[in-house]
Amino acid sequence: MADSDVKAMTANLDGVEFEETAFTTPVPLNEAKVAIVTSASLHHPEDEDFSPMDTGYRVLKSQPRDYVMGHWSPNFDATGFALDINTVFPIDRLDELAAQGTIGSVADEHLAYAGNQFDLSAIRMDSGPAGAKFLKEQDVDIVILTPV
Amino acid sequence: MSTLAHIFEAEGLATIALGSIKSQIETTAPPRGLWCDFPLGRPLGVPSDSEFQHRVLSKAFELLDSPEPIFAEYDVSIVDDGTEVLACPMPPRHDPDLHPAIDEANGIRPAYERAIAKYGNRVGAGRTVQADEITTAIDAFIRVVDGTPWKEAGIPGIPARVSQDIRGYYETAALALSDHAPSAWAGTRWFLDHTEAGRVVMAARQAMADAGEAQPIWFYMAPGDR
Repeated sequence: MADSDVKAMTANLDGVEFEETAFTTPVPLNEAKVAIVTSASLHHPEDEDFSPMDTGYRVLKSQPRDYVMGHWSPNFDATGFALDINTVFPIDRLDELAAQGTIGSVADEHLAYAGNQFDLSAIRMDSGPAGAKFLKEQDVDIVILTPV
Repeated sequence: MSTLAHIFEAEGLATIALGSIKSQIETTAPPRGLWCDFPLGRPLGVPSDSEFQHRVLSKAFELLDSPEPIFAEYDVSIVDDGTEVLACPMPPRHDPDLHPAIDEANGIRPAYERAIAKYGNRVGAGRTVQADEITTAIDAFIRVVDGTPWKEAGIPGIPARVSQDIRGYYETAALALSDHAPSAWAGTRWFLDHTEAGRVVMAARQAMADAGEAQPIWFYMAPGDR
């Protein structure tokens, strides 16, 4: 079992193709509020776990950093996240970049979705736009998206 | 990730999507995509290496300078060749009257607790099966191996989620049993191929497949290439 074997299983899965690529010109990075959105199914322990094929999202507060991996897929290594949350969710790194002035600020709340979805229509039509609205309401400018 | 990138960008958010599988991120073409040839589960590359993680983020943020959609490849690869197995000194058998997997799971409980105390319970037991119930879960899978239909074996949840908790229990314990941070998949290979509980999970999965159970019930009890 090698990482390449697992990747090969999913390499040719059909993804959603968009006829046009939307594009937002960002504000200068040193003025931008940055959020993380991950498909790693992270959540706080007290929040609802992800169910199979869960198309919703969970809000990840910047504190406390007690994130739990709720992903249903067995097809990734979880020990990197067990050792260091930043392997998946680089919140400490963003804090450091904000302290240096490289980025403007770090959002207080971030989002987690469940990857490994075969039917993306609900995310495309519902939870995706809702997540964007949530982030816009906290004046987020830039989102870094991380998978597992 | 790429789908969300398209949606968010249309709503006025600038995005950078990291991707671990090149063909996927190329096909789905997020507005700004950075393919990082890192093992699945480690999109920032190296745990506990802030400098490495910062270099990845720096490259990601560079993509914001492009006036149009852009795809880039990170210039460092981390390749798992499938051979490294975590070296974990296991406690000796304690109770010879117990099934070896049950005795083993009991034996590594102190290591599990040490790892939880140090790192928190990020991937360990608790999604369906609490740490106190891990041996109950293993016992149920032993019954499946011995021929009991899975629905009658007392598996305390959906088999895939239960096996995930057992794997998480072991991989978390391994963080305290080993003297070094595991490379990607080394802990999984150790669990599946070198522990009694891993052998039970794989044997139960095979027994369910051989019994003609629906594939989704047993397939996700282990990585799909197994």
